[in-house]
Amino acid sequence: MKLDAKIPEGPLAGKWSKHKFNLKLVNPANKRKYTVIVVGTGLAGASAAASLAELGYNVKAFCYQDSPRRAHSIAAQGGINAAKNYQNDGDSVHRLFYDTIKGGDYRAREGNVYRLAEVSVNIIDQCVAQGVPFAREYGGLLDNRSFGGSQVSRTFYARGQTGQQLLLGAYSALNRQINLGKVKMFTRHEMMDVVKIEGEAKGIVTRDLITGEIETHAAHAVLLCTGGYGNVFYLSTNAMGCNVTAAWKAHKRGAYFANPCFTQIHPTCIPVTGDHQSKLTLMSESLRNDGRVWAPKTVELAQKLRKGELKVTDLKEDDRDYFLERKYPAFGNLVPRDVASRNAKEIVDEGRGVGASGIAVYLDFAEAIGRLGEDAVRARYGNLFDMYQQITDENPYKQPMRIYPAVHYTMGGLWVDYNLQTTVKGLYCLGEANFSDHGANRLGASALMQGLADGYFVIPYTLGDYLATIGPDAVDIKHIAFEDAKKSVVDRVNHLLSLKGTKTVNEYHRELGHIMWEYCGMARTEEGLIKAKGMIRELREDFWKNAMVSGTNNEFNQSLENAGRVADFLELGELMVDDALNRKESCGGHFRLESQTEEGEALRDDDNYAYAAAWEYKGDNQAEVLHKEELVFENVKLSQRSYK
Amino acid sequence: MNLTLKVWRQKNADTKGKFVTYQADHVSPDMSFLEMLDVVNEDLTKKGDDPIHFDHDCREGICGACSLHINGRPHGPKQGITTCQLHMRTFKDNDTVVIEPWRAEAFPVIKDLAVDRRAFDRIQAAGGFVSVNTGGVPDANAIPIPKVIADEAFNSATCIGCGACVAACKNASAMLFVSAKVSQLALLPQGQPERYRRVQAMVAQMDAEGFGSCTNTGACEAECPKEISITNIARMNRDYLTAKLIKQEEA
Ligand SMILES: Cc1cc2nc3c(=O)[nH]c(=O)nc-3n(C[C@H](O)[C@H](O)[C@H](O)COP(=O)(O)OP(=O)(O)OC[C@H]3O[C@@H](n4cnc5c(N)ncnc54)[C@H](O)[C@@H]3O)c2cc1C
Ligand code: SF4
Ligand code: FES
Repeated sequence: MKLDAKIPEGPLAGKWSKHKFNLKLVNPANKRKYTVIVVGTGLAGASAAASLAELGYNVKAFCYQDSPRRAHSIAAQGGINAAKNYQNDGDSVHRLFYDTIKGGDYRAREGNVYRLAEVSVNIIDQCVAQGVPFAREYGGLLDNRSFGGSQVSRTFYARGQTGQQLLLGAYSALNRQINLGKVKMFTRHEMMDVVKIEGEAKGIVTRDLITGEIETHAAHAVLLCTGGYGNVFYLSTNAMGCNVTAAWKAHKRGAYFANPCFTQIHPTCIPVTGDHQSKLTLMSESLRNDGRVWAPKTVELAQKLRKGELKVTDLKEDDRDYFLERKYPAFGNLVPRDVASRNAKEIVDEGRGVGASGIAVYLDFAEAIGRLGEDAVRARYGNLFDMYQQITDENPYKQPMRIYPAVHYTMGGLWVDYNLQTTVKGLYCLGEANFSDHGANRLGASALMQGLADGYFVIPYTLGDYLATIGPDAVDIKHIAFEDAKKSVVDRVNHLLSLKGTKTVNEYHRELGHIMWEYCGMARTEEGLIKAKGMIRELREDFWKNAMVSGTNNEFNQSLENAGRVADFLELGELMVDDALNRKESCGGHFRLESQTEEGEALRDDDNYAYAAAWEYKGDNQAEVLHKEELVFENVKLSQRSYK
Repeated sequence: MNLTLKVWRQKNADTKGKFVTYQADHVSPDMSFLEMLDVVNEDLTKKGDDPIHFDHDCREGICGACSLHINGRPHGPKQGITTCQLHMRTFKDNDTVVIEPWRAEAFPVIKDLAVDRRAFDRIQAAGGFVSVNTGGVPDANAIPIPKVIADEAFNSATCIGCGACVAACKNASAMLFVSAKVSQLALLPQGQPERYRRVQAMVAQMDAEGFGSCTNTGACEAECPKEISITNIARMNRDYLTAKLIKQEEA
């Protein structure tokens, strides 16, 4: 199948308006004859479900948590970008577009990214109208900050919990539609498969997580808004339940998976303390606005610090290497995430890491406290400092924090066209689950923006075009396709439950995580990736022989839930490795050691890799087939990213 | 350190539960409370026993999923944090730790330590929103809001919907939660048009769900991980009375 991104012709700034005009509309009286399934009610899903219901469609929405308010979007701390230019500091739609394309290391589509920047301004208006309490200035207007390496202040925020406040806004809009009977909400339901009839998505199969009942649901279209797959690394900043299952099942039913190896490793997380560790905690990137990142100048000093022979606060100024400021005088501590992360890894690899494990660098506020006073620092970062102290038992007002990069976000995801439709007709993908807007590296505060752009302002238009084309005839839930899909889900569940081996599912997950982190993490080589591929295959085979899954289907069974998710990660992991092997260039978060500049920065190969890699599933244990969507740049000049 | 755990085990909503004692050995002080339970669960799984079920997701104190009653206190002995933020360094070697689910009629047990809190969603659906559709809203800065008011609304908005306030209350009242939700919108200009209708609808739903009444003991405030203040309750009561007495027609 030839990939057609359906990007409208014409000048960049006019593409979206022109496209909206060309899209078919569904007659208002007909809208109530359509049913749309929305899987996932995080920012992308809740905003889509509410907006579609407002238009008059019937919506069935699903999530695995006990409430839509708990979707992982809740955890976002830092903020959301929008090209409002309220600060009069030179921001514009074009600048946000440019920063995002460049930040993504020129591996995203111009058309999509421009649209994202364009609708960003509407998102803020919408959220404020819902009552989202963004930070304000004394004059009563909205406050902004500069975030994640941006040179303008375009980030809107709500203390350290922007994600929760935005999600509560979208959740309230969703609730309003639930109350009006336009959305039927299914909580504690996990999507287990997509149902296709004559090549088009017409429904899903779910498992009720309380009763174990396997159910089928029919609809005119299915929207997957199921978040990212960072948990393939076992340890990440994602919530424990984040998974790839919905996207992976869709992939197996014909949706191509794009750029799976593009993973974002966030530089400022609290380091691992031991084997019991179940997840990693992110410290907002905003900390880099005032905190200075450093490591001891020599390996000897680092060793003394690790052994406790030297106290960090006693280390002389001359013995500290503020490596980001040294190497990147223009951006300093505010270089993009991939650059900051890689540099921390280099320090640790050189043996200059700190903390008992030696796997950390310092983030120091002494200078900021001296300059601004402890109270001002507390006002800005108090909740983050408290969180840090809670977890580490160390006081960051008195000594530098220890930080280390952790897996945070996945830029890859289901391939979608400009309409957010996957390669399966009627199957759409929104939010972190799709691959579309962030290229090889996502800028801070732009995931919330994308999720809400997709849900509030893109899908309500583009979905209508498809629905108008297929017409409102009801989908027949008695169709054999539903029965077949259900049977395959039941078989799989039974297969998982039959596993009574000797190793827990968690042990497999942890091992997979080690392999991914070691060989498909911050630095990748051909040799390592080939090795990893073999290791993942072995691990997967072993899983299906020796894993142990407790309980039965007809009950609340977290062991079974977890087993299903890990089984899917074991398949995805191999595809990520294949994708990383295929891409013999470095770009953004994908760093192939074989492809770097003399200064050790990511070296792109635009002649050979300026494409999105979309993978087609061909059957169990078969090699997937690569399809290339060439990326066309008409409005920006591809350049080597430089933050010097 | 080594601990003795007394954990509430209950197969499902229809069966009776009981305490079962487990030994948790070699617990590291750096573990979180939930990581300690993970380790216990790994052992149970290996022995062929059913692991202890509990709700959790973000494990950083914001999603509101985790919900354990630890030694008689919702979210355990420390103030201002959730169970997932509780670290084992809070406990001592040889301590006995009693772990129960939230206890409230409106929160029936699903299994072990997991309860059904959908009543909270239904209260929110009854009126916890501003009726605006997507699109067609004014520019964000067309609605200036004094910083003090915005900050006050924010304080109410930090509620994570965990239900600890209900679990802490001897009457299993949901007033702290509902009043936080009502207050956020009652304080903001966007919430004014539906202010009185909202409070009536949400309170009616709260009553219908079977939560108890508020007798002002303040236990909710003391146990709330987000330190939501009971002044929210006073504010909601005021609005509720106003709605009943004066604004009936408008409401
Ligand atoms: C700690 C942290 C901090 C962050 N901070 C920021 C920030 O400051 N700014 C920013 O822009 N971005 C930030 N991000 C990224 C951003 O939060 C996410 O990318 C974004 O919120 C994802 O939204 P979503 O709607 O796509 O998915 P999610 O919010 O993850 O929602 C996924 C939904 O899908 C459901 N689901 C998943 N699988 C299934 C299934 N099989 N069946 C049924 N339902 C399913 C879930 O129940 C949930 O409702 C942060 C991320 C993390 C981890
Ligand atoms: S008011 Fe506090 S205790 Fe009650 S649900 Fe909200 S955060 Fe939890
Ligand atoms: S698990 Fe999310 S608040 Fe505890």
